[in-house]
Amino acid sequence: MTISKPATLLYLDGVSVSFDGFKALNSLSFVVEPGELRAIIGPNGAGKTTMMDIITGKTRPDSGEVFFEGQIDLTKKDEAEIAQLGIGRKFQKPTVFESHTVWDNLELALNRKRGVFATLFYRLSSQDRARIEEILATVRLTSRASDLAANLSHGQKQWLEIGMLLAQEPKLLLVDEPVAGMTDSETVETAILLKEIAKTRSVVVVEHDMGFIRDLGVKVTCLAEGSVLAEGSIDFVSADQRVIENYLGR
Amino acid sequence: MITAFLLRALDRNILIAIAALLIVAALVPVLNLLVPPTSPFHIPTYIVSLMGKYLTYAMLALALDLVWGFCGILSLGHAAFFALGGYAMGMYLARQIGARGTYGNALLPDFMVFLNWKELPWYWTGFDHFWFAALMVLAVPGLLAFVFGWFAFRSRVTGVYLSIITQAMTYALLLAFFRNEMGFGGNNGLTDFKDILGFNIQAGGTRNALFAATAVALAFSLLVASGIVRSKFGKVLVGVRDAESRTRFLGYRVENIKLFTFTVSAMMAGVAGALYVPQVGIINPGEFAPANSIEVVIWTAVGGRGTLIGPIIGAVLVNFGKSVFTAAFPEFWLFALGGLFVAVTLFLPKGIVGTWRQMRARRRETARMTAASPQAAE
Repeated sequence: MTISKPATLLYLDGVSVSFDGFKALNSLSFVVEPGELRAIIGPNGAGKTTMMDIITGKTRPDSGEVFFEGQIDLTKKDEAEIAQLGIGRKFQKPTVFESHTVWDNLELALNRKRGVFATLFYRLSSQDRARIEEILATVRLTSRASDLAANLSHGQKQWLEIGMLLAQEPKLLLVDEPVAGMTDSETVETAILLKEIAKTRSVVVVEHDMGFIRDLGVKVTCLAEGSVLAEGSIDFVSADQRVIENYLGR
Repeated sequence: MITAFLLRALDRNILIAIAALLIVAALVPVLNLLVPPTSPFHIPTYIVSLMGKYLTYAMLALALDLVWGFCGILSLGHAAFFALGGYAMGMYLARQIGARGTYGNALLPDFMVFLNWKELPWYWTGFDHFWFAALMVLAVPGLLAFVFGWFAFRSRVTGVYLSIITQAMTYALLLAFFRNEMGFGGNNGLTDFKDILGFNIQAGGTRNALFAATAVALAFSLLVASGIVRSKFGKVLVGVRDAESRTRFLGYRVENIKLFTFTVSAMMAGVAGALYVPQVGIINPGEFAPANSIEVVIWTAVGGRGTLIGPIIGAVLVNFGKSVFTAAFPEFWLFALGGLFVAVTLFLPKGIVGTWRQMRARRRETARMTAASPQAAE
């Protein structure tokens, strides 16, 4: 690692974790700088989702360092604390509150006090209302605000979840396969949306869709068997012999 | 702040239910005390107490709905909180007997004299006072729920595992309260009550007052539960029920949310138990029986979980059915209850109120569709 830790937003060094003897991550080192949009590719079982689990506090690493903003040790925190620090996570399968309306989904995600009594006596302020309307417009769901999330299409659920992450106002957004199951036009729109979001915060996208990654046009990290195989532009990475063998060639 | 919270609680259905409960609270005593027994509108006193008992069950079902219907915690031990509240009230009532017990001992309840105890155990201190007992009615179930929930929710015990440990909890309490050495009357429990707040517990006036108090307490519980459910906190609760990990990754402390709801619900169940005991005249360890808690789940499911009003209707209907059925064919009641649960699960998965709301929403939707596009309907 040549980059100094304090300057980074997310810093993983030598992270290993194994489940029942299977090494899901093998001394993984990886850095995200403030304001960066980064794509991660890799074959199934490369450790992409495990890496997100480690960053968001769902899984504890066996060894290695995970730091946020250079000094906050994420291995000591749980999911709720990490979310409050400003790391948002989008799941592979769209996970929204299906029995709530689109509006309520965003209201719940809004970055406000989250304690029992704060939520019991919460009243929607005009400021919060404006913020929710703004996010609705960003994720193109204004006309669906009062519909139940369960009645959205698959692509719209993905966008709603991205909208919820925006409402959280995170400094770092982890997005797991945002375009899986989307139509071509939805995929193009999602690329535009993510680039828009990345203007104000760092985004890490895990994706299989190479066309989508090309659309994003950002630095790519290829994982395989729990560690970094290659890192660089999409053309550089896809020309790498080991990447072709491990991933693209299959 | 509190006013805004309570005002938000009042949607139309809740308002109607609360008004209905308050009317019942006033009307039933009138029909019992002021209408002569010869009139067809007269309600006999034993029916007043029976209805009062149903309403305490309704309150217990409401408490369960808060945790099960809205937060997804299937507690199979809620009758334990009900029984603990009942015991706290029973201890107060037992102290009021004074020297009028069988052994005429002013210092000790009958069962302690029988066991040859010389002095009152320390944990009976204070139960001579109604205010202390009333405090314990809330504090004991609340504290148990808090400690239980603290460990269970922190260790992320969920689903069927949580249900099993709640059953184990109520079973453990059943065994404990059966023991004479515990000092709660063992097998027989506490009974032979004479007075409550200085009024004869058998008198018609007292019975009516207890009934009215129960109806008002139920109305108030409904108001509080509705306030919780309709706040942002209530939305978070449903979020925990439907997508727990999403709630967690949004930064909510799921364990605290569950703990708060579970504790409030247990306290509500405790109050229900405290109102139950003076109306039935006895509290014994049988109230901790695991089957009792399962019955509460059936009432809630029949009425419609996650609807607040449904469990109240379910508890009253099922228990009315039980009263009728056990008089006519006593040995078949459990089969009927089991059959009812299977039938509701298969044919009315949303319960009575849930199904009714669904039908109404569908009818409104079709009406809207046909109104919006008269040509398309052809």
